[in-house]
This record gives sequence, C-alpha cells and structure tokens, in this order.
Amino acid sequence: MTPLLVVVGALVGAPLRLLATRLAARSGHDPARGTLAVNVAGGAVLGVLLGLGGVPGWVLALVGTGFCGSLTTFSTLGADVVRLVEERTLGRAVGYLAATLVLGLGAAAAGWLLAGGAAATPAG
Amino acid sequence: MAYLLAAVGGAVGALARWGVSAALPVRDGGWPWATLLVNLTGCLLIGVLLGVLAGRSPEPAWTRPFLAVGVLGGYTTWSAFAVEVVALTDAGAVAAAAGYLLASVLGGVLAVAAGLRAARRGRP
Repeated sequence: MTPLLVVVGALVGAPLRLLATRLAARSGHDPARGTLAVNVAGGAVLGVLLGLGGVPGWVLALVGTGFCGSLTTFSTLGADVVRLVEERTLGRAVGYLAATLVLGLGAAAAGWLLAGGAAATPAG
Repeated sequence: MAYLLAAVGGAVGALARWGVSAALPVRDGGWPWATLLVNLTGCLLIGVLLGVLAGRSPEPAWTRPFLAVGVLGGYTTWSAFAVEVVALTDAGAVAAAAGYLLASVLGGVLAVAAGLRAARRGRP
C-alpha cells in the first residue's frame, strides 16, 4: 500500500515541478527560480506535516514521501549551480545556492515550528 | 507529453527513494543516511546524464523530462533534507545538522561536477 501512495503523490509532485521551471523560463527568468519556488514550498509543507507529529503513516507516504519528495529536488539544484558556475556567472551560482539555503531551510523551519515542532523523525 | 514523462519518471524515482529509505531507517536523532545517499547519487547521475546529452545533437526529446526532471528529480529530494536539518537542529544536534548540510550541499555540487567530467571524458 505504501509504495502505491508514494507513486500517487509523485505523479502530482514531479509534473508540478516541471510546470514551475517552465513558468519561470516563460517569464524570462532562469528556470532555477522555479526550482527554488518548489523547494521552498515543498520544504514548508513537509515541515508542517512532520512538525505536527502523529500524522498517519499513509498521509506521510502520500503527501510527504510522494508529493513533497517529488515536488522538490536536489539533483536539479546541484546541476543548476554547476551550470551557473560553468556559464561564468559565479555570483548567480552563489546567490541561487544562498537563496535556496536561506529560504528553503527557513520555510521548512517555519513550517516545523508553527506546527509544533514535534519530536518526530523526518521520513519524507 | 513532457508532463506525462515527468510524472511517470517522478513515480519511478520516488519509488526508488522510498526503497532506499526503507532499507536504511534513520534512528531518532541519527544521521539521515538514506536522504544523503539518494541526493549524492542522484547528483552524480544527473551530471553523467547532462554530460552524455551535451554530446548528442539533437538530444532525444524524452530524455530531459523523463530522466532529469522525472526519475532523478523524483529520486532526490530537498524537502526531506531541509526538515532533517531543522529536526537535528531542534533536537540540539547542531554539529550533526551542520555536517549533514555541508555534506549534502558541497557533496551534491561536487558529485554533479564529477559526473559531468566523467561523461565528457568518456566521449569520443
């Protein structure tokens, strides 16, 4: 049952991430802006979910591991940083990484603390 | 079509990530090995993939949405990483949180670069 829930969540999360990068590119920005947006949003949602504590396992599998896990990405983050470095836009690379760290970790922390910061072990 | 490829690829990647996390359960307050493993290997693989694709002109249209956005995007995750950093910090394990953050971010960027370099070197 759990793998099916993970799959269903991912079927929604991954295309939403593609949509975000395409929207960013279409409005004349670097697609990395879209990745930044989904990483911030997904971290916040998972922060709330795990901060609440006592959330049923099937919700964690569907929304946490499946949806948030696939809405967000680490591989594209790393690839975009390397691409920006290779394009000799070191300032952009550093700025993008710093923005992801500050906003992405900040959003996860805010969600976690607002939800009560449960003594739960992250699983998503 | 790209969205469908991203969704299916994302489901495959998320299943793999779930499999790794099931095989490497994190003890309470422990080092999040599973997330670190998927994020570092996912970064290495996207480097290899982008290096291989750069040598193909034109690149097959399905490869980026399916493999990069879908499979590897769904396999790696920012949300679990972010909440793990927050949870470790909240639990007072600040050094572990900082070490995990550095290993993930620095390791991820270096893994992408290593994958790219390996793929470029392997090209005729």
